[in-house]
Amino acid sequence: MSAVAASVDHTASADRPVLAVRGATKRFGSVMALDDVSIEVRRGEILGLLGDNGAGKSTLTKCISGVHQLDAGAILLDGAPTQVRSPADARFAGIETVYQDLALFDNLTPGQNFFAGRELAWPPWLPRGLRFLQQRKMDAETRVLLANLKVTLPRLDAVVAMMSGGQRQAIAVARSTVFARKVVILDEPTAALGLRESRQVLNLVAALRDQGNAVILITHNMEHVVELADRAVVLRQGRKVGELVPTKDNKQELVSMIVGA
Amino acid sequence: MFFIDKKKLKYSKSFDGEGSNELSAGRRTLPESGNTGTTAGEAALPESGKQEAVPGLALGLALLSAGPVVILVLLIVLLSFLSPYFLTGRNLSNILAQTAVISVVAMGQHLVILTRGIDLSVGSNVALASVVGALSFHAGAPAVAVIAVMVGCGAAVGAINGLFYVFGRLPHPFIITLATLSIAKGLALQLADGRAIPGMPEAIDALGREAVWGLPGSVFVVAGVAAVLFVMAKTMVWGRWIYAVGGRPDAAVRMGIPVSWVLVSVYVISGLCAGIGAVILAGRTDAGSPLFGNLLELDTIAAVIIGGASFLGGRGHLGHALIGAIMIGVIRNALNLLNVNVFFQLIVIGVVIVIAVESDVLRNYLEGRVRVMQAGRQS
Repeated sequence: MSAVAASVDHTASADRPVLAVRGATKRFGSVMALDDVSIEVRRGEILGLLGDNGAGKSTLTKCISGVHQLDAGAILLDGAPTQVRSPADARFAGIETVYQDLALFDNLTPGQNFFAGRELAWPPWLPRGLRFLQQRKMDAETRVLLANLKVTLPRLDAVVAMMSGGQRQAIAVARSTVFARKVVILDEPTAALGLRESRQVLNLVAALRDQGNAVILITHNMEHVVELADRAVVLRQGRKVGELVPTKDNKQELVSMIVGA
Repeated sequence: MFFIDKKKLKYSKSFDGEGSNELSAGRRTLPESGNTGTTAGEAALPESGKQEAVPGLALGLALLSAGPVVILVLLIVLLSFLSPYFLTGRNLSNILAQTAVISVVAMGQHLVILTRGIDLSVGSNVALASVVGALSFHAGAPAVAVIAVMVGCGAAVGAINGLFYVFGRLPHPFIITLATLSIAKGLALQLADGRAIPGMPEAIDALGREAVWGLPGSVFVVAGVAAVLFVMAKTMVWGRWIYAVGGRPDAAVRMGIPVSWVLVSVYVISGLCAGIGAVILAGRTDAGSPLFGNLLELDTIAAVIIGGASFLGGRGHLGHALIGAIMIGVIRNALNLLNVNVFFQLIVIGVVIVIAVESDVLRNYLEGRVRVMQAGRQS
């Protein structure tokens, strides 16, 4: 479908933001969760999204991935204003999200998780739910995908419930690579992981970027931001308070922007 | 429709998952190793084997998943020693005939339970469908139409359950199916004036009689329904969606699965199975009655749980429902043959339910242990 088109025009439109959020405003009752926030992210770029708890990071990403709707402001994909009314809309538009809770199906295998909601099935003239699963094709693609990402899992036919935190995180990130065509949002992908497992997940994040995706990375870990992010946007109390290229030297500056000191 | 763009998956640089401690693909210059604080720690970690099984735990899990079948086989062996009548063809055929209704309805119930739901209305649904079928027979409908009316009536009640649960935004299917349990029962009593209505078409009565190999026709209906549902649940996208919805409903929404329609569909199928159960029961008794299906909802839920499906949703297959139904039939039959008090049957079934649910809890616990061990081995 458009996967090929996307990878072709990726070089042509490298400088134009693939995702732009303009003047995003969202309130929950009397709480102003987002106040006129604008961000842009380009293909092959990792944008770090920083902020203390309650700063609006999750609200912003949930608006982009269709869980919430903006009260005011616009989301532009490849320059065109886009209505993202539901998570399904967002996925259809090429926006993948790796949720903090992973959103994995514990009772399914890794391969079944990868293709959940987008099963390869036949014949095309039937309604989606009544088509027959092409299980062998999905298994083969799963093996190719995992091999390319160098993710090793103990067993591909075991349910995800039996796997470790790092393996589950790797599966969730790998799932976003199956269909990601434009934007991948990762919400604290290394929280609660050990060092080795964090490293593996960070490698996957870099892989997503190198595939030509625009990556939005939410994290509390300054080391990871400095290491991976091309730019960092800092939110505080629903407002954007700064944007800079993170380096080892301005780490302190970033931290003081986050806490507002 | 969807495919992986192979070109996109080829990287110019390689990635290393476990062995390497460098971010070799990083486009930026790598920070000093001390800066990330990972290198030293990882180097000190021993390289561990990944594939060894966890023998004790694996064995426990395997036993638990095979549990119901093993228990059923042991039960049959034991009973064939205890009673000379148990292992006769006639008795076995009798057991199958008596469990046909529970089996069919339990398969529908099983799909509902897979999605973390419950259908309390199936018993009343059977009663209403049988009464409507008997009335339509006496109004002059041919056999095919009577069957269609019964199955359609069951499916309609199921559709009401599903639509109210999903689009009426009810917190749990317990409530709406409890309401339709009452409504369907009342409607059946009202329509039949509180009495059984004798008389069913010959084609339906034939289901209650011996057909082939000493087996009643109803057994073949059960086998047919099982075959169709098996194919749908195993090979169709719909079946995969049922497991996804049961495993994690919120994630299913986020993955773009049409959760509302999946839920409605399982209640419709459950109602449809109740309609088929009504046909079987009407065939065996040559009547429609508002008293049919009394407590059938509890029998079918018990069958699904005893068979080894998880009450928490997302786990189990059709075989579980069938094994559970047969197990209930065998236990009842055995207690009859052994001249045990009828009241005692209820106690035994209850105890078996507790054992089944506790083994589900144990299975979840063991899986948690496996997960912890996986993590321990990785890092």
